[in-house]
Amino acid sequence: MKKLLYKMPESLSGKEFTYCPGCHHGIVHRLIAEVIDELGIREKTLVVAPIGCSVFAYQFFNMDGTIAAHGRAPAVATGMKRARPDLYVFTYQGDGDLAAIGTAEIMHAANRGEKVTTIFINNAIYGMTGGQMAPTTLLGMKTTTTPYGRDAQKDGYPMHMCEFLKEAKGVAYLARTKVTTPQDVEKTKKAIKKAFLAQVKGIGFGLVEVLSTCPTNWGMDPISAMKWLEENMIPEYPLGVFIDKVGDEK
Amino acid sequence: MEKVMVKGTEAIGEAAIRAGCRHFFGYPITPQSELPEYMSKRLPEVDGVFLQTESEVATVNMLYGAACTGTRVMTSTSSPGFSLMMEGVSYMACAQLPAVFVNVVRGGPGLGDIQPAQGDYWQATKGGGHGDYKLIVLAPATVQEAVDLTVLAFDLADKYRTPTLILADGLLGQMMEPVEFPEFRDLSTLPDHSSWAMTGAKGRKPHIITSFDIDPYILEKMNLELVKKYREIEKNEVRWEEFKTEDADIVITAFGTVARIAKSVVEMARKDGLKVGLFRPITVWPFPYEPLKKLAEKVDLFFDVEMNMGQMLEDVKLAIGGEKPVAFYSRMGGVVPTPNEIYEALKKEFGRRE
Amino acid sequence: MRFIFAGFGGQGVMLMGQILAYAGMIEGKNVTWMPSYGPEMRGGTANCTVVVSDEPVASPVVDKAETVVAMNIPSMIKFQNFLVENGYFFLNKSVIDREPDKKEDIKIYKIECNEIADKLGNLKVANMVMLGAVIGATKIVSKESVFKALEKKLTGKKAELIELNKKAIEEGMKKVSEQ
Repeated sequence: MKKLLYKMPESLSGKEFTYCPGCHHGIVHRLIAEVIDELGIREKTLVVAPIGCSVFAYQFFNMDGTIAAHGRAPAVATGMKRARPDLYVFTYQGDGDLAAIGTAEIMHAANRGEKVTTIFINNAIYGMTGGQMAPTTLLGMKTTTTPYGRDAQKDGYPMHMCEFLKEAKGVAYLARTKVTTPQDVEKTKKAIKKAFLAQVKGIGFGLVEVLSTCPTNWGMDPISAMKWLEENMIPEYPLGVFIDKVGDEK
Repeated sequence: MEKVMVKGTEAIGEAAIRAGCRHFFGYPITPQSELPEYMSKRLPEVDGVFLQTESEVATVNMLYGAACTGTRVMTSTSSPGFSLMMEGVSYMACAQLPAVFVNVVRGGPGLGDIQPAQGDYWQATKGGGHGDYKLIVLAPATVQEAVDLTVLAFDLADKYRTPTLILADGLLGQMMEPVEFPEFRDLSTLPDHSSWAMTGAKGRKPHIITSFDIDPYILEKMNLELVKKYREIEKNEVRWEEFKTEDADIVITAFGTVARIAKSVVEMARKDGLKVGLFRPITVWPFPYEPLKKLAEKVDLFFDVEMNMGQMLEDVKLAIGGEKPVAFYSRMGGVVPTPNEIYEALKKEFGRRE
Repeated sequence: MRFIFAGFGGQGVMLMGQILAYAGMIEGKNVTWMPSYGPEMRGGTANCTVVVSDEPVASPVVDKAETVVAMNIPSMIKFQNFLVENGYFFLNKSVIDREPDKKEDIKIYKIECNEIADKLGNLKVANMVMLGAVIGATKIVSKESVFKALEKKLTGKKAELIELNKKAIEEGMKKVSEQ
């Protein structure tokens, strides 16, 4: 007797990921695709890719897609959803895109309770432009624009987006997760599903922040990067579900 | 249809709705806030969507998103707000997304003031945002024309898959005149965008809309495609008005509301026996170079009048090509020239050259 | 014919101009109404320009006018030199307690708008008293057209004010016929 254990999700295009070895984008892409498959909404889902390493995200998903200007994915998604409330829209954004240049758009989309979903990849650094300081860069962390380490007096403090967003009344689901262990991957998938369900059920805005590695710009091998994430990022960015108005699936 | 008295801003709003626009995103800024106000009241009556945004930056990107789905979408703003939208306008031009922008121009640069001006001509016609792109730019001079050109702006946006711009000014926005509105467009007759719009990849390959390609050879192809489109627009869509130019020795060139003021100057001059006419571009892009060039064959002097430092003046000179002298009169900062002051300046210029 | 209506914000000068423009439109004439706008709208002086013409209106901006209506002193001073020869200068006598500098070659009408309006029971229709005087003297549009314009413009809750406004128009017309 044969049992199918693994297949390419229909919501992925099949194009090979172009991300660096050890980067977590690929894992999260797959989780999103699996969730969309399970919800059976691929043919009604639009993807809004950001500016950043995941600028090519639209190529990896098997659905209608576009690229938003840097930071503006929540505004683009708002325009789409308001024009076509019968469709499902998600944005995929990095920390520079969402927590620096796009802070206004994410705050207001969340606060309006736009019925869209955002997957937020926080790897504490700018990837595509070559390892500069991100708003989420840890204190003391060296980047190409903080060669002496991030200094709170000069550079301010790491941005805690979930903690800010949890005050927004329009948010229906909000969680911070990681994908460093198989158990974490499962938890993240559940969170992503709920963030989509917040939209599918018409409750409000859903966001999952996934703490991720960037071995290339952190200057580490993938295993050390995962270890570094556990030891340094988790204390700064505690995991958890901040808002859940979706409830448990029956 | 019965004529009604309406303000320019509201006339544009109603015309947009009749043209089939059901989505409006906007941020308040003087002197055009009556337009978003009108839309916030009117759109829900026709099952449309009005959203007050958090900024002009968000606005233009919401337009981008809505336009991706193939719907007719619009925003309006005034000068500083349009500057903020420039990045998104460039994206939309490259992604070939139809949408209608309205810039009710006010005094600038910087914060400037809130009085009528024409200082955004360069921004509107020469780019404004980054990269090689053009907008179709329509410059109405009366409230009725604002209505007609708004409808045209949607049709051209759809026809060429490009953002279009209504270049108005505070004068036109605040002015009330009798207008006749067109009938409501049947939404089912609007152009079909199903071949490219993002509507869900059901039973077909995904539709991807981007203003991006990392491969320069592919991006160049995209550029050339745009260029081809712009040449087509230049061929088909040039619009202008000539007033008493048949026998004119002097021709005033002006656009928008200044052209109306100039019309009064033509009347004044004619009463005094001076053969003065008016040339008014209605599309400031594509600019009517050819008809103006033709006019230069028989005209002795051109007199360009604008509420800026001489922006359209460059296009006028390009058209005329140094064959004939071009004098210039301007007011700036939101000061509107009166018919008498323009006429005095024209007489002085004419006298100097006699 | 070019008109300038000017006064304090709240004196209803914008409405005066709009009703005149509307009445002109009803008579099939070409009309334009153009307000001053901006910070001066908020409490300071306000003015609007109306052009009523048999030809399409060219310039909505005027530096000369056949008729100037001044509802207060600053407006009288600001716009007196706009008047053309044989122009009409309407002054709200209730507020303007001095003579204009410009007196030559023009027709001056001084109307106690506020007192008349007060007698009618509502100070707010002082503007319509003045409008009555304007149409009575210039004959630019008929009384009937102005009444129709009022009916078009004053809708909803304001509809109950139509009769009062009509009376104010008639009082204003009566006033100029006496002068």
